[in-house]
Amino acid sequence: MNFRTPTATQIAAIKAVLFALCLIPLALYIQRGLDDALGANPIETITRASGEWTLRFLLITLAVTPLRRFSGLNWLLRLRRMLGLFTFFYACLHATTYFWLDQFFDLHGIAKDILKRPFITVGFSALVLLVPLAVTSSNAMIRRLGGRRWQSLHRSVYAIGVLAVIHYWWLVKADILKPAIYAVLLAVLLGMRGWWRELERRRQLAAAAPPSPPRGKVIPLVVKAPRQT
Amino acid sequence: MLILPSNDTAPSEITPRDLFDNRRRFLQAAGLTLAAGAAAWIGAVPSARAATKLGPLARSPLSTDEAQTPFKSVTTYNNYYEFGTEKEDPAENAGKLQVRPWTVRVEGLVGKPRTFDIDDLIKLAPLEERIYRLRCVEAWSMVIPWLGFPLSALLKQVEPQGSAKYVQFVSHYDPKIMLRRPVLDWPYTEGLRLDEAMHPLTLLTLGLYGEVLPNQNGAPVRVIVPWKYGFKSAKSIVAIRLVEKEPPTAWNKAAPSEYGFYSNVNPQVDHPRWSQASERRIGEFRKRPTPMFNGYAEQVASLYQGMDLRRNF
Repeated sequence: MNFRTPTATQIAAIKAVLFALCLIPLALYIQRGLDDALGANPIETITRASGEWTLRFLLITLAVTPLRRFSGLNWLLRLRRMLGLFTFFYACLHATTYFWLDQFFDLHGIAKDILKRPFITVGFSALVLLVPLAVTSSNAMIRRLGGRRWQSLHRSVYAIGVLAVIHYWWLVKADILKPAIYAVLLAVLLGMRGWWRELERRRQLAAAAPPSPPRGKVIPLVVKAPRQT
Repeated sequence: MLILPSNDTAPSEITPRDLFDNRRRFLQAAGLTLAAGAAAWIGAVPSARAATKLGPLARSPLSTDEAQTPFKSVTTYNNYYEFGTEKEDPAENAGKLQVRPWTVRVEGLVGKPRTFDIDDLIKLAPLEERIYRLRCVEAWSMVIPWLGFPLSALLKQVEPQGSAKYVQFVSHYDPKIMLRRPVLDWPYTEGLRLDEAMHPLTLLTLGLYGEVLPNQNGAPVRVIVPWKYGFKSAKSIVAIRLVEKEPPTAWNKAAPSEYGFYSNVNPQVDHPRWSQASERRIGEFRKRPTPMFNGYAEQVASLYQGMDLRRNF
């Protein structure tokens, strides 16, 4: 297999494997549930686990672009949609554990929680903001929206990442070690984008004067950018 | 003060854990004996826990008859941050704690300050079984058969002076075996008003389920204050100090707006980040409403007469 340019069949195979991998966390927790191995407070265990896996998938999704840039493997981009949708999938599982197992669909209680408890307000906002991204993930929707509008909509995932980390941070009582680790990872992933943006701006300024700058932002999808030093 | 027993009946129908275990061992042993064709006289095998059992135990009218949380949950789902901040951490890590030799200094504004050896402390007063509800500030709860005697029995021995208004508890801290990250200000400290500490419900606790305290539950000696959130009940105590001013307490120092000095269980006063109106009893599926003072209002409400419990949360 040519790692630079896999064939369509190979991409399909990679996607199938990735799909199965993404289901492993769910499978493991189902297995633990069947084995009665979710601990003394199973509802808390699965609420925590689904929440943490949502955050992990979100970070993995955000890592695709940097990975692609560093490795030059542009086909990695073709896996991003599935990872994003799995983020949404685990977010839905997480929300379901809250709506069902924690609140038993007590709408009054849920509404009060969302309004009164900042960590739930923030978590719920992140979930709501994920919905349009999931809805517009199909090729047809990308075409309908047009690439640029689609892209600016999907940039809201950066804000969602920040909300998700705050949601976790505000939930813990005193030991902020784990949320802090996620915050650092997110900061690195977002910081790289900011840095690239800045480099791109400088490059355009330097090359600006003659004859006319390219319209809009240059998105190097295919051409490998020369390594900056 | 008049202390009325709660409406609960004595838990005479509960099979003590050691008896339960002995029956199992007996059956297992009997099976082996038959298979070996050996003499049928051999009865129960000596319990492996024989050395750790506490007794004899007096029943207490202050016990609840609610279903007890299984031993396994009580000993694997713990908040004992010195041994890790995940619920299963203490059960994994607290084995490193050496509970002998152990002494407890009782000092401060007392007539007779004294350092008690743990083995003398156990014999200081008759041990009782007290089946109490435990309500964690995280909105989960358990029902646990503790063993111990009223803290007042210990405090009376050292003769508190008139100026003593509060009691401070200091927990053991050993950075060699415990968490070094400053998640809380180690050593863990807690405190009670003297009248709270002298209240008959306040239990100097040495065991649970008929045995000495497992390390993860605060061995070898802790306090249990059943009408307050669990963190008020300090574990692995090395010093008890009688003082004049409200002593600093670990969680209050960490987040004063979230964990007050009193921290009485109160369904009407929410934690700033979550509701305290209901709780999940460990082992139950649906949440249940949280009663005022964790169901001990009849016994303790008078301690707080005239106080604004919203302000003194």
